[in-house]
Amino acid sequence: MGISVKNISKSYDKVMALKNISFEVKPGELFGLIGPDGAGKTTLFRILTTLLIANEGEATVAGYNVIKEYKSIRNHVGYMPGRFSLYQDLTVEENLNFFATIFGTTIAENYDLIKEIYVQIEPFKDRRAGKLSGGMKQKLALSCALIHKPKVLFLDEPTTGVDPVSRKEFWEMLKRLQKKGITILVSTPYMDEAALCDRIALIQDGNILEIDTPEVIKNSFPKRLFKVKAAETFKLIQDLGSYEQTHSAYPFGEYIHFTSNNVDFNAKDLVQYLQANGHTDIEVNETAPTIEDTFMELSK
Amino acid sequence: MKRFIGFIQKEFYHILRDRRSLFILFGMPIAQVLLFGFAITNEINNVDIAILDHSKDATTKEIIAKIAASKYFSIKQVIDNEAAIEPAFKKGHIKAVLNFENDFSKKLISENKATIQILTDATDPNTANTISNYTASILKNYQGDLNKGATLSYQIVPKTRLAYNPELKSVFMFVPGVMTVILMLVSAMMTSISITREKELGTMEILLVSPLKPFQVIIGKVVPYILLAVINAIIIVLLSLFVFKMPVEGSFFLLGAESLLFIINALSLGILISTIATSQQTAMMVSLMGLMLPVILLSGFIFPISSMPLPLQLLSNIIPAKWFIIIIKGIMLKGVGIEYLWKETLILIGMTLFFIALSIKKYKIRLE
Amino acid sequence: MNKENAITVKDLTKTFGAFTAVNNISFEVGKGEVFGFLGANGAGKTTAMKMLIGILKPTSGIATVANFDVISHAEDVKKSIGYMSQRFSLYNDLTIKENITFFGGIYGLKKADIKVKTKELIEELGLHDEANKLVGALPLGWKQKVAFSVSLLHNPQIIFLDEPTGGVDPITRRQFWEMIYREAHRGKTIFVTTHYMDEAEYCDRVSIMVEGKIEALDTPKNLKTLYKVDTMNQVFLKLARNIE
Repeated sequence: MGISVKNISKSYDKVMALKNISFEVKPGELFGLIGPDGAGKTTLFRILTTLLIANEGEATVAGYNVIKEYKSIRNHVGYMPGRFSLYQDLTVEENLNFFATIFGTTIAENYDLIKEIYVQIEPFKDRRAGKLSGGMKQKLALSCALIHKPKVLFLDEPTTGVDPVSRKEFWEMLKRLQKKGITILVSTPYMDEAALCDRIALIQDGNILEIDTPEVIKNSFPKRLFKVKAAETFKLIQDLGSYEQTHSAYPFGEYIHFTSNNVDFNAKDLVQYLQANGHTDIEVNETAPTIEDTFMELSK
Repeated sequence: MKRFIGFIQKEFYHILRDRRSLFILFGMPIAQVLLFGFAITNEINNVDIAILDHSKDATTKEIIAKIAASKYFSIKQVIDNEAAIEPAFKKGHIKAVLNFENDFSKKLISENKATIQILTDATDPNTANTISNYTASILKNYQGDLNKGATLSYQIVPKTRLAYNPELKSVFMFVPGVMTVILMLVSAMMTSISITREKELGTMEILLVSPLKPFQVIIGKVVPYILLAVINAIIIVLLSLFVFKMPVEGSFFLLGAESLLFIINALSLGILISTIATSQQTAMMVSLMGLMLPVILLSGFIFPISSMPLPLQLLSNIIPAKWFIIIIKGIMLKGVGIEYLWKETLILIGMTLFFIALSIKKYKIRLE
Repeated sequence: MNKENAITVKDLTKTFGAFTAVNNISFEVGKGEVFGFLGANGAGKTTAMKMLIGILKPTSGIATVANFDVISHAEDVKKSIGYMSQRFSLYNDLTIKENITFFGGIYGLKKADIKVKTKELIEELGLHDEANKLVGALPLGWKQKVAFSVSLLHNPQIIFLDEPTGGVDPITRRQFWEMIYREAHRGKTIFVTTHYMDEAEYCDRVSIMVEGKIEALDTPKNLKTLYKVDTMNQVFLKLARNIE
């Protein structure tokens, strides 16, 4: 009753947007689709929400086939597209009322589901949606997507362009919705949000790189990872690039994340190498890989 | 049904909150009718003319006196021979020369027929045309007086009969055209823009992924604009009735029914445009270029279809506005009923059904 | 800063009617520094940046950018800076080469210079095969790299970047930061405005604006130590919570 995707491929003209994608989302799961812009996330969402037809493969949402039973799906899913897609010239309440009406329900009927979210924007219910802040728009959009008590919720990059505080609140809301039995498929380009999902699929260039829990994916990083720092960052990047034991060296915040092609790599060798190249304030420490490290290693 | 009403309610919010568009929607018909009625006029007043009278008899003097007495002309010059005509025009302010033939009275009595040559300065063809029509009208009046009680009828040539708009009031000609343009604009352009706006905003995606049926979305979009267009049509008719004292000779009911038919025709065109266009800008360009220009240029609104080259005459047949203008001119000016207009009406109905069928075929239940 | 300053801001304030968008902020950015200018939407970031690039007049206070006063020498400021934003960077319906030529032209470069720069730029980015392709057909990450290079065409001293790497794939993102570090290494000053806290981690120093005021200004490392957390995101959350 969750989502099932089997061998889905989709191309626009000559560009393959999705290449033979398969995965399952269990009922009640919070599943994250993690990947950069252009990876194919939105195309996949549109196929699952019956807006596009795949060239190949099959998919079901809440047990309904996305092509043959598209009408049933349209009755049972909530969808929040990537852009803010509400009526800017309608007030908060009018927007919510409108979506309730077209789904054949009322705000009162399903108020308990959206209550926690809606109370935060209720003080502004007479304000036009276009005049809301990013965080409030997002809450309103989520309320509108939930107003008909959907079985499955599709959220396409809900946190893009939203400040950290609102992002955090948003994820907390998703966790609470999940407890109410709603299956949630959410996409995001932010690797740090992956840890908040039950399971994730890493996606790039229309391919799924890996599907598992965030923990397992992090731990699947195949090498020892070191964070390296020195006084001159740019020179450090260049010197690490020409170091013979380097497998990868990527800027990562204030550090450079470094892996070696040598199984018996010794951090002291690297320190010596850097000292020989005139670096000062050298730090080399082993560190735990993040989802982003894994993503880069997989897409290398 | 509740869903549908909810949808229409939302559409009205959009329309009523967009003050600028609303102002244009209702300001435009008023402005256009007034503009065509007062500013862009074909009427003439006190046009300078010259007289070349070869016979100088009682009849010609009477005719000249009549012309001089009319407010349309003022006789600025009397010339003696043909050679003087050209210099008179060349000076610029003489717009027409009336040339009476020799022995005008005698010919009128002996042959029952006499000729006046009306020479007009055709550098301004509109005025020239109007002058000759006005002159002909005065001559006709005079001829009518002359023939009163006479057993024999006298004829003065040219004999131009001016039917339906004897005073050639230009506003009477323009009202049907303006009404056509406004209805086309409100119905086709506004609908296509309002549908494409939903595509642009991304709200169409949400509407598609909802239990609303496509035809509900479309009808819901269209209903408010039918109402707006009807209000506009009423405003235009009221303006022409009360400001320009233009009579509606035929039935108001028929006028209303035919206008509604044309509105629906234009709306279906608007829907058709919105199924092709993906942005408001494209919808607007297509509406303006693809609909407005033909309506203005090829419908017979400004340029008479009969004087167009054959290919354009043929082309004008596929323009709904042409048929609508014929219909409302018939109703408003000639006062004819459906028995004379059924052919045009059928053509409009046929076109409407065709556009609706095409839009339904083109309408997508998905994004591509 | 003991080095020469690229940007000096003192008591800068901007009010719109009764609303104070930027409230008496002061900071300095050293030459060659990568400076992160952070804040939530509506915190006053954009208003402050508009004043720095000379397109908005401050209500009070002083700001100098590249040694030019932003009020009296706004035109000189504009000549000394480059600007790139994620929203608008390049024309999608022009090729890479055409974009470079166009922007070179509006920055007043000579034809011969544009030719040389174009060649350099394409070589540096390794875009030989794509040079005559429409920008619209490029992946986002590449677009951003080209846009960054284009903003460098007129050799500005300071480059303003507005959320430069949001949504870009992780590897390309790294390459982008390497380019930024390279320019900083060459002595250019980089001013990054963003509300993505993971972008903040890459900066030498960051300032965090909350409701028109700068509430924190230091290196990411010091800020994380000060607030006893592991990421800039958490720093931001703590700051925002304190204000509320």
